[in-house]
Amino acid sequence: MEVFDVRLHLLWSDILIFLLVASLCVFVVTVVRNPLARKRWSQVFESRIGSASFLVILFYVLIALTDSVHFQKKLDQAGDSGEVHYAPEVTSLLDLALAPMFGRDEKTYSAPFAIHSFAKENMELPEGGVMRDYPRLEHGGSHLDDDAQHEADIVVKSMTVVGWTLVPVLILLFLHHSFMKKRDSRLPWPVIYFTFSAIVVVSSWALYMSQFYHVLGTDKVGQDVLYGAVKAVRTGVLIGTLATLVTLPLAVLLGISAGYFRGWVDDVVQYIYTTLNSIPGILLIAASVLLIDVYIETHPEQFKLLSDRADFKFVALCFILGMTSWTGLCRLLRAETLKLSQLEYVQAAHAFGVSRWRVIMRHILPNTTHLILIALVLDFSGFVLAEAVLSYIGVGVDPSMKSWGNMINEARAELAREPVVWWSVIAAFILMFVLVLAANLFSDRVRDAFDPRMSGSGDNK
Amino acid sequence: MKPLLQVNNLVIGAGGSCLVDDVSFEINAGEVFALVGESGSGKSLTSLAIMRLLGEGLSIRGGDVQLGTDSLFALSETQMNAVRGRRVAMVFQEPQSSLNPVQTIGTQIGEVLTLHRGNAPDTAIIELLNEVGIPNPEERLNWYPHQLSGGQKQRVMIAMALACEPELLIADEPTTALDVTIQKQILELLNELRRSRELAVLLITHDMGVVAEMADRIAVMRHGKILEQAERSQFFVNPSHEYSRQLIHALPQPDDYLEYETHSPLLDVQDVKVWFPERRGVLQRVVGYTKAVNGVSFTIGRGETLALVGESGSGKSTVGRAILRLEDTASGTIHFDGDEIGQLNQRRFASYRKRIQVIFQDPFSSMNPRMTVREIIEEGMLSLGLGGTDESREARIRELLERVGLEAGHLNRYPHEFSGGQRQRIAIARAISVEPELIICDEPTSALDVSIRGQVLQLLQELQEEMGLSYLFITHDLSIIPHLAHRVAVMRNGQLVEQGETRQVMTSPVHEYTQHLLQAVPRIPEHA
Repeated sequence: MEVFDVRLHLLWSDILIFLLVASLCVFVVTVVRNPLARKRWSQVFESRIGSASFLVILFYVLIALTDSVHFQKKLDQAGDSGEVHYAPEVTSLLDLALAPMFGRDEKTYSAPFAIHSFAKENMELPEGGVMRDYPRLEHGGSHLDDDAQHEADIVVKSMTVVGWTLVPVLILLFLHHSFMKKRDSRLPWPVIYFTFSAIVVVSSWALYMSQFYHVLGTDKVGQDVLYGAVKAVRTGVLIGTLATLVTLPLAVLLGISAGYFRGWVDDVVQYIYTTLNSIPGILLIAASVLLIDVYIETHPEQFKLLSDRADFKFVALCFILGMTSWTGLCRLLRAETLKLSQLEYVQAAHAFGVSRWRVIMRHILPNTTHLILIALVLDFSGFVLAEAVLSYIGVGVDPSMKSWGNMINEARAELAREPVVWWSVIAAFILMFVLVLAANLFSDRVRDAFDPRMSGSGDNK
Repeated sequence: MKPLLQVNNLVIGAGGSCLVDDVSFEINAGEVFALVGESGSGKSLTSLAIMRLLGEGLSIRGGDVQLGTDSLFALSETQMNAVRGRRVAMVFQEPQSSLNPVQTIGTQIGEVLTLHRGNAPDTAIIELLNEVGIPNPEERLNWYPHQLSGGQKQRVMIAMALACEPELLIADEPTTALDVTIQKQILELLNELRRSRELAVLLITHDMGVVAEMADRIAVMRHGKILEQAERSQFFVNPSHEYSRQLIHALPQPDDYLEYETHSPLLDVQDVKVWFPERRGVLQRVVGYTKAVNGVSFTIGRGETLALVGESGSGKSTVGRAILRLEDTASGTIHFDGDEIGQLNQRRFASYRKRIQVIFQDPFSSMNPRMTVREIIEEGMLSLGLGGTDESREARIRELLERVGLEAGHLNRYPHEFSGGQRQRIAIARAISVEPELIICDEPTSALDVSIRGQVLQLLQELQEEMGLSYLFITHDLSIIPHLAHRVAVMRNGQLVEQGETRQVMTSPVHEYTQHLLQAVPRIPEHA
């Protein structure tokens, strides 16, 4: 059984991401139970932009999830000792799906869909002598009998795969549509169908084409750029969610207690966040990342695999990012709590002798959720961008880890070449842009739905 | 004479519903026309439609507005802009939010003048401020809105409205946010201005007292329709529509006093002071005190209602909060049923929480919007450990809801699904759920419409009889007192200036301030 010759190897970030998914499920269940919250959320999904951007985010999260099931492959038995050895590098489920892109490395740069290398090389001619020309790629377009068919082949293959995927997708959508007709639903189905089929067609096209070509070219060491960019999705999604989740408890706890208890608690919290705010964030992050590096160097026994190190550094970076950026939300929550605790329903609860803890949990926290939700989604895209910036200046994720920031960092040299190597920066840019745009649009809808001033049947008046 | 403003068959709709339906009236120059109705009756919409300032989603479906010889709905937007401000001006309810806080009042009035006249000499602004009765206008020209009192702000708003010498002034609840003495001044000012300027005034209000003082002609609106139009003298003596009659009769009878009998004391407040420290500097040193309540003494007997009357800022709400121990007292004693409770800590006070409860003013903010009615009512019972098992508590909640005139089926609804009056009923159910002996009512009816106010007061009185409740009724509305309170205490600047039996205080007040207050209350002509 070839399939079972693997050993599950969960990284810290894998465990965190699955915990996250579990808590998300709990959240969804509570939302469905609460009619007011359900109404608000259905408002988000009933808007066209809301449901479309949600689908896109969902697709990214799915990629990140499949990329978070890591295992080590079993090595071929070398000795007779019966001891089983596993490969030193970890593989994820996503790697299996992306198999055509993996391990088909060229020597160096090549443009998207190219069949020749990007750099000239000295080649020995069969009849003796040396010629300097663009060498034929080893894998890109290796199925072609005649290089002259190159362009035609791309078009034909593209048409075929788009056709073959569109048909089942359309059948599926048609079945769903006729099924949904009987049920009353206010979701914007045409937009959902369109987004869904666009995602399926584009991804299966890219997957199919990369069996024959390097769809987004190759990088300096000849690795497939598309593969790197897709692997970087997990880094981006994780850094966005984990760092946001680190900010949340700090901001919520400190902000609400400062606003509710006031007095010396408020003073202490305010001093903490003004101090933190007055130190340049980048400086703090750089210093902490260097500390982590030192820790890894001095404790090699804890990090057996290369990916363990990279992952530890990555999780640490999420925490550092979170620890340095909770002040904005904290300040917002403090102000909101100051306002809420003067409201009459909080006074009425006090008059009933309701304990402070219960007042916070029942009256204050639920009425600040709209702020928390909005900050959550906005922070997400902020952190994805922050990762790119940090990796660019060299204090971000480990260079061995695929990330958009690292890709952009490498592009510094590539953009200075003549002719320009544009594809890896464009690949990173497009994937990041789509995610951040979807997150921003989605947060816009969430804000509209949860802002009491925006909703017609608002709480206040 | 041709009327100045003619509104013919105005229809305003939003989506599928019709909010103002076939409204017609006319206003002559120098006349005050009052549009009366409860909230949601469409009176403000009508005025906005005249200015063509309807919000998004609302549209004028039909009808016509004639100002002088112009049909306002036929004008282009540019032409309409010339009408706004220059020929028709508006004064809004809330002077607080109608003035820009970062500009001096001189600049703001000047801006209006320049827009419509091209220049704004200081003398013109000073003249305007003089006309609306702002003292020392030369100096106040450079003041910011926060330096003025609420009444003065409303005067500035009126000055801005008058800056371009409009023919018609639309006043949308111009005195609702103001104290009764200041309301009187503003109404007098409006009256004077319309006489001196031959100004037509469209007065929008829900307050029948204001109508009786001001209006020449009255139109009653309900559900977007005008039910009745009449001259003032006609209207109050002989209202033709059933609803107008209800509105007038919903007003408390001014001479219907409660019988006073002596009660055994329940709450005894002696010389209570509540001082808020003012802190300055890095170390937050206390540099002085705001004396919100400065030596107040009164008693409330069992089954008795004491009305605590005063204008905003007089410290009357703070007294209530001090009794509830939501505010610390600086000195003085509070005895409840013989026990000293003024200095107890929160834990020791917990046993009195059951016995003293509170109903707040604003039915919109007094309930957590994210809790169901059941959760709201049971919160106090759970917190104080009452109500026994889940079943008996559930039964009790249902009983309470029915007692206050709601249906038990409303238990799973959220506060925003109820009207203001219904919400106030829920708040009452919440307060009586723990069977208190004393309820502090902090302006419980001032956010309600007249007819609903009557119902809520009726409910409170029934509950008093059934449960032997005592009320400390904090209010600024003098008209409801005779009918409601056994005794009255008048408060000003943190001190009681007068207290005594209701009949005595209302008919022969001793203190100058009480007399002043009582005179300021708009009177309604005796009705049959």
